[in-house]
Amino acid sequence: MRDVAVVGFAQRQMKDFDGSPTCVELLVPLFAECYEQTGWTRRDVGFWCSGSSDYLAGRSFSFVQAVDAIGVIPPVNESHVEMDLAWAMYEAWVKIQTGEVDTALVYAFGKSSAGVLRRTLALQLEPYTMTPIWPDTVSLAGLQARAGIDAGLWDERAMAEVAHRSLTDAEKNEYAVRQGGSSVEALLDRPVYADPLRKHDCAPVTDGAAALVLAAGDRAREVRETPAWLTGLSHHVDPIGLGVRDLTRSPSTQRSGAALDLGGVEVAELHAPFSHQELVLRRELGLADDVRVNPSGGALVSNPMFSAGGIRVGEAASRIWSGEAAKTLAHATSGPALQQNLVCTLSSTPEGGN
Amino acid sequence: MSRTLSAPVTVAFDYTRSTGPVIGRFLTGLRDGVVVGARTSDGRVVVPPPEFDPVTHRATGGDGGDPYVEVGPEGTVTSWVWVPEPVKAQPLDRPFAWALVTLDGADVPLLHALDVASPDEASTGMRVRVRWAAERVGAITDIACFEPVEAGSGGLATGAGAPSATTVDGPVTGVVTPVSLDYVYAASPEESAFYRAIAEGRIVGQRCPHCGKVYVPPRSACPADGTPTTDEVELSETGTVTTFCIVNVPFLGQRITPPYVSAYVLLDGADIAFLHLILDCPAEDVHMGMRVKAVWKPREEWGTTIENISHFAPTGEPDADYETYRNHL
Repeated sequence: MRDVAVVGFAQRQMKDFDGSPTCVELLVPLFAECYEQTGWTRRDVGFWCSGSSDYLAGRSFSFVQAVDAIGVIPPVNESHVEMDLAWAMYEAWVKIQTGEVDTALVYAFGKSSAGVLRRTLALQLEPYTMTPIWPDTVSLAGLQARAGIDAGLWDERAMAEVAHRSLTDAEKNEYAVRQGGSSVEALLDRPVYADPLRKHDCAPVTDGAAALVLAAGDRAREVRETPAWLTGLSHHVDPIGLGVRDLTRSPSTQRSGAALDLGGVEVAELHAPFSHQELVLRRELGLADDVRVNPSGGALVSNPMFSAGGIRVGEAASRIWSGEAAKTLAHATSGPALQQNLVCTLSSTPEGGN
Repeated sequence: MSRTLSAPVTVAFDYTRSTGPVIGRFLTGLRDGVVVGARTSDGRVVVPPPEFDPVTHRATGGDGGDPYVEVGPEGTVTSWVWVPEPVKAQPLDRPFAWALVTLDGADVPLLHALDVASPDEASTGMRVRVRWAAERVGAITDIACFEPVEAGSGGLATGAGAPSATTVDGPVTGVVTPVSLDYVYAASPEESAFYRAIAEGRIVGQRCPHCGKVYVPPRSACPADGTPTTDEVELSETGTVTTFCIVNVPFLGQRITPPYVSAYVLLDGADIAFLHLILDCPAEDVHMGMRVKAVWKPREEWGTTIENISHFAPTGEPDADYETYRNHL
């Protein structure tokens, strides 16, 4: 296996992007930041891969339009996933492993506010028995939250504690859409919205884009003194039928985590758009109490569709670059109620020594 | 003034899907007023029946046996959530609950709406039953929703609105799902500048500061080199036909009677052609290199739309030299 590291990261997150759903005008400055961080030009990028969805954009081939932001004369080696940035990163990682390229820039974008996000996402459900009745994202998460509450696995206070910590940490994140902790008690005093969820249990609708830069071996060392080496990467999926899933569990997360060495992880960025989902993920990954979870505030305070999972990777990588941690974990999710999950570890050395 | 122009857009289309034998069996059951599950290898009865066994991955019914099991129209809520603000096309257009309901005889729950007036009327463990749709066609919407089994009404075995015999025979093999999505579609800042100019009768493009190419309508970045295009350029309303096609085929929403010509027009001063109509001459007279000029609608009809230009018409000038457009084909 080739040693591959994350060496660049740029993000934008906002409540309401005043621009086109192809987000070209958002991607151009993101790429400029990546070039500045790496000292590269677009010609140094061996492979490009984007994550987005036309359902979000409300137009066809939005990802083709987004290629304008790269500049494709001469043509570039490019691909697309109808998935989160983290899976675009996975494709790029595989591409680098093949030896065909040494570097990659992956990006994702989405203007969630252009439509009714929780409704649009019903199109990712089972098309015969679910999509025709339009189960919305918030409701599916609510069914999952209540299943855990009824089973005694968590309660509304535990969920509020996640929200409180996330809102407090978000004060230090300039990109977070929601910020500012009050207290667990104050959060619990707020009205229930989609019973059992309060609004702070649900990520806000967020527009945005993000980019990650990957490089192999010495190409990574040329860019950063301490690249964030991808020492483990695994992803799995649970069945699409809600009925056959135990919603209080996430077997695909458990299996992904079990495939990696999670010993010595100091910081974990978990993609949990709903407060109780962080509790599910912590349990499935077996994270110790001293692991710092979501110091960025996490997806609960800012969840740009198609970018938020990859942003977890970027946040986890940033803590390796800064020397704040020697080993971090990033998780990304996709599909209803944590159906599909990707877990990776990032380390200050390619060997991942703790 | 907002940085961008925007307009509501509805994207609507019908998904027509074949069901295959397993989902078809389930939907046939719904049409006929019964809920059908399948027994999986671990002995559980799963509703809707899965096409493949979750453990052995064998095709359901693939071994020639009959895995299908009719389950009851009543069941028990295993989880629920309140929907204070329903979205379009959900089973109920007033606040309701979604519920996971394990029907009597099944081992795993089915998701559907539960018609209760407030969250106080919903609870895990409550008994509910299927409310059938008035007209059943072989779709998940044949279940209108679940409704509480009221104390004392339990004697009605098949639930309120008990299904009557259907006049349609044969198994369900296909399902049509209409999808309609509403957006507020925004133009980019550069496109917005283009539309604001065209509302004043001007055609505005942008020049790439790096390679000098002029794009119309303008784009946020030069597609050749990725540089943001910032310099605004006012363009001529005359240009050259670079390529064209004669439309002979009628289609839904067509506004002009065929035959007519759609063409790429390279405006003088631009480096990218844009698509418009060529009218005011016989279709067979249109050719590459033909010089054309924008024909505007009456000013009182102008808006922030490309339709301010009704079409392009021949200027009568001699054809453009091939060299002037050979790089734009």
